[in-house]
Amino acid sequence: MNQRSRLNLVVFQTLVASLLLALLGRLFYIQVADGLRYQNAALSIQSRDIITPAIRGAITDSSGLPLAMDRPGLQITVDRTTIDAMPDKGKAVLSRLAKLLGLKYGDLFNRTRLCGELKIGLRAGCWNGTRYQPIPVTKQASQTQALKVLENSGSYRGIDAASVPIRAYPSLAGENAAHVLGYVGTVTESDLANTAQNYFRNEIIGKSGLEYQYNQYLRGTPGIKTVIVDRKESVTHQARNTPSIPGNNLITNIDARLQSATETALANAVTRSHSLGYKADGGAAIVMDVKTGRILAIASYPTYDPNIWEKGLTVAEAQNLFSDKSNVPALNRPLQGMYAPASTFKAISIVAASKAGYSMNAQYNCPAQVTIGNHVFKNFETKSQGVVDMLHAIAISCDTIWYQIAYDEWVRDGGLRPKTGLHDYFFNAALGFGLGKKTGIDLPGEATGRLPNRDWKQKWYVANKSFFCNFTTKARKTDLTPYLIAIAKENCTDGNIIRAGDAVNFSIGQGDTLITPLQETQIYAAIANGGKMYQPEIARAVVKPDGTVVKTFKPKIVRTAPMTKANVSFLHDALRLVATAGTAAPVFANFPIHVAGKTGTGQVIGTNADGSSKDDTSWFASFAPVENPQYAVVMMVSQGGFGAEVSAVGVKDIYSAIYGVNGSTVDPKQAIFPDGPPKVLPILDVKNAKLPSKPKPKVSAVPSASPSKKVG
Amino acid sequence: MKTRIQLRSNVGDFDHWLSLSVIALLGVGTMLVYAATKSWFAAQHLDPQYYLKRHILNIIIGSVLAYGTTLIDYRLLRAYTPILWGLGVLSLVAVLVPGVGSTVNGARSWIALPGGFQLQPAELAKISVIIGMSMLLAEGSDRGSEPGDVDVLRALAIAALPMLLIIIQPDLGEVLIISAAVISIIAVSGARSRWVVGLLLLGVLGSAVAVKSGVIHQYQLKRLQSFVDPTADPQQSGYQLRQSRITIGSGGVVGKGLFNGPQTNGRFVPEQQTDFIFTVAGEELGFLGSGFILLCFGLFFFRAFMIARRTNDAFGRLVCVGVIAWFAFQTFENIGMTMGLMPMTGVPLPFMSYGGSSMFANLVGLGLLQNVHVRSR
Repeated sequence: MNQRSRLNLVVFQTLVASLLLALLGRLFYIQVADGLRYQNAALSIQSRDIITPAIRGAITDSSGLPLAMDRPGLQITVDRTTIDAMPDKGKAVLSRLAKLLGLKYGDLFNRTRLCGELKIGLRAGCWNGTRYQPIPVTKQASQTQALKVLENSGSYRGIDAASVPIRAYPSLAGENAAHVLGYVGTVTESDLANTAQNYFRNEIIGKSGLEYQYNQYLRGTPGIKTVIVDRKESVTHQARNTPSIPGNNLITNIDARLQSATETALANAVTRSHSLGYKADGGAAIVMDVKTGRILAIASYPTYDPNIWEKGLTVAEAQNLFSDKSNVPALNRPLQGMYAPASTFKAISIVAASKAGYSMNAQYNCPAQVTIGNHVFKNFETKSQGVVDMLHAIAISCDTIWYQIAYDEWVRDGGLRPKTGLHDYFFNAALGFGLGKKTGIDLPGEATGRLPNRDWKQKWYVANKSFFCNFTTKARKTDLTPYLIAIAKENCTDGNIIRAGDAVNFSIGQGDTLITPLQETQIYAAIANGGKMYQPEIARAVVKPDGTVVKTFKPKIVRTAPMTKANVSFLHDALRLVATAGTAAPVFANFPIHVAGKTGTGQVIGTNADGSSKDDTSWFASFAPVENPQYAVVMMVSQGGFGAEVSAVGVKDIYSAIYGVNGSTVDPKQAIFPDGPPKVLPILDVKNAKLPSKPKPKVSAVPSASPSKKVG
Repeated sequence: MKTRIQLRSNVGDFDHWLSLSVIALLGVGTMLVYAATKSWFAAQHLDPQYYLKRHILNIIIGSVLAYGTTLIDYRLLRAYTPILWGLGVLSLVAVLVPGVGSTVNGARSWIALPGGFQLQPAELAKISVIIGMSMLLAEGSDRGSEPGDVDVLRALAIAALPMLLIIIQPDLGEVLIISAAVISIIAVSGARSRWVVGLLLLGVLGSAVAVKSGVIHQYQLKRLQSFVDPTADPQQSGYQLRQSRITIGSGGVVGKGLFNGPQTNGRFVPEQQTDFIFTVAGEELGFLGSGFILLCFGLFFFRAFMIARRTNDAFGRLVCVGVIAWFAFQTFENIGMTMGLMPMTGVPLPFMSYGGSSMFANLVGLGLLQNVHVRSR
């Protein structure tokens, strides 16, 4: 062997040795150093999770009557792995199925496609799950359709029918409650991205209302079956099988019968308003237990059928829910609608004036009008009431007294040049009653309303200054009237200042003040119970399917209203006088329940789509019985006209249902709550729950009590 | 030249470490072939031991061939070399004849035999090229001089024809392995260094031209692309490479246990009883088991090099070098491919993959090494 051979042999030997070492190094890297990553990758390749949805808990009323529950539906599913393996990719089977279900082939085809398989914009109805689980195409198949699929498995290869739970809102007491219950739907990509919730793909979750708010209790735990599959997706064995755990039931404070009666009373109030010539485009009615803050009924008008979501929302239905033409039925007016409180605000003004030192026993002048600066502020009925005491001023809803007091206080606080150490009695009283703050009800999407105090005015000014300072170029041509231009000029220079007009309007709940009907209810409940402002609560308790109580919702006081004992007793007297000798007296004449309340007729600036000016907001905020208040009932009808003739009548209907009022007598057999709101939890038997003999709510004729006085 | 037939003393004279390493590889390989096919066949209601039985049969036939190879003094083989080479070339031609050759995975490289057996002529040709080249290049050494340019050219000519025929099939893996053997033999023969350098350059250039000119088939190009960028062809070769790597990696240190690999039992890696047998070792036996396999190969090469160094016969040494280059490159290419170190080519893992022709050829290769060993004592 020569030198070169020897050398080359050594080189060759070294080469082979290094090749082997390279293999060993690589092996070490992927098996030991980076092994975990590959182990996870392998696991995700081999395992498939099959999710069995849990039965969703029921939502019941306070007597145990189900408001929302899962009921069995027949689901038809398509197995993509089977039909994709067919020579025609399942076209024949799908057309057969489309014919059976009475669907268009294109619709059915879309429902069996993963969203990623379809072009953006053409994804209507697509499946946002995976290919490995049977894809549901309908949950509402008939017995016949399901049987056909099961019996002719040859011609429906890859198609299956099974019983699945679907969400139903049975309306056993005739209640609708669409807004408070909400609805359910399949999780979206953004829901899945929320790691805190740990949703499973295709899980049905609450999307709004109580279904959303208490989803964590209602959803239960889905069952997971993990199977190990091979490369061809056939299951080799089952790795784990966790059965689903049914969701817990939610007991609410709502009473289905009262909810139904409240909805009827509200709908009748709207009809009454229409018959009186008003536009009445929406309304809200709320019944609260003033001793606990529990919401016993909460209605919004107009409403919609809560079952449409599970039937499959059509495009037309979806548009209708949010269209102005149909007055936005999706809007939950009790907590999302904001309106000027108008004269119902005067209860707060009483507290403000008392704090400012005005005597509640003194006599006040109630002229037809008061001139402040160069503006004339009129009494609503432009009529002088002469000299009245404060009690009667509230009862007849005199405005001019308040103009004078509010103006005087505004001047004392420095007027256009605010002093340091402002008293701001009116703003501070309103703040104390929670204006501009959420009530904290256990429903999503609550609005705050608006407290137009100095802070708000400053923010508003900063946001709009540039518009007012360039009004002539930025405003619409039609708005360029000399009056509006003058106002804009004023707003440009010192729009952040509370003017006399602002202060005066605020004292009667007009101007920029906005309040939700729920806030109004919370305020009147506090007046009723002596100042405790409860957080309105719909939920009463969460109980397991076996009856074990998981959680109870205790009454929560969020703040104490800034009232003295004298204020409370004065307000009880004054508000009772409204119903006996004041603006609501004709409505409550001979009514056996001693209702205390306040009418409100809120003026609304602006025009409707058809160009007509907006009608007034009709309010009636009340509590009863005045001797020992138990309920606060508030009704509001937007563009409904006067407070008394529309809303007060509606409120009377609700009290009639609660107490079983028949004419001028009480019939406890007709009462929904003959012994007050329920104090103990019902024992749930969701499947067999039946409505107790239904009392007929006493409903006033349309129109009812003739509007003798047009006072707010 | 004197012929010695040493039927009796032969086995005792073998390099026992070399035999032991191969026996270990054969043993582990047999278990792996069984593991790779057992549950798959059972699921199809077929005999789960179908592959196991045929694999053992292949080993028995191969062992007889190997033993036969050791019987005849390798130096006698020189006389038969032209016949061997001729047979090799002839079978390579035969495989291209429609009706005789069958196409597997895009390459026409098999001759179907009765009884379901198949023969891969390239394996036979590989041996004939190694022996033929070694013979020609050793002649100079026998004269006491180094091989001249003419010797090298003649040796290359012997290699060229079979390689050309294999390129036509095409079986790129075999071509690369033979090239490695050719270059190694020339390098160790003592021929001028420019031949080695030149051939290496030619190899690089040749591959570049092959890719450009389209001699390389589309599927081969895709495999190469998948190696560079695994997402290039995720469904086919990219899938295979990814699955292969995941399967090995998921084995961890101790593995999932024999017959217990979910990836293996799910057959996520195609061809796992043949070209991808190492993935089964990786998953089921883990780093310890796979490392043991590499150790066995290490021992095998260590002893083989020892034989090459010890023999005074240039022909024997070159045969050893050729066989080592063949096994070393094939092992590296195969295991490297399963771990993403090398592009994908269809070469089996020596002594372990299921497949008759390669098993026979491998064991004949072992026989040649033992033959040289026995005769150099």
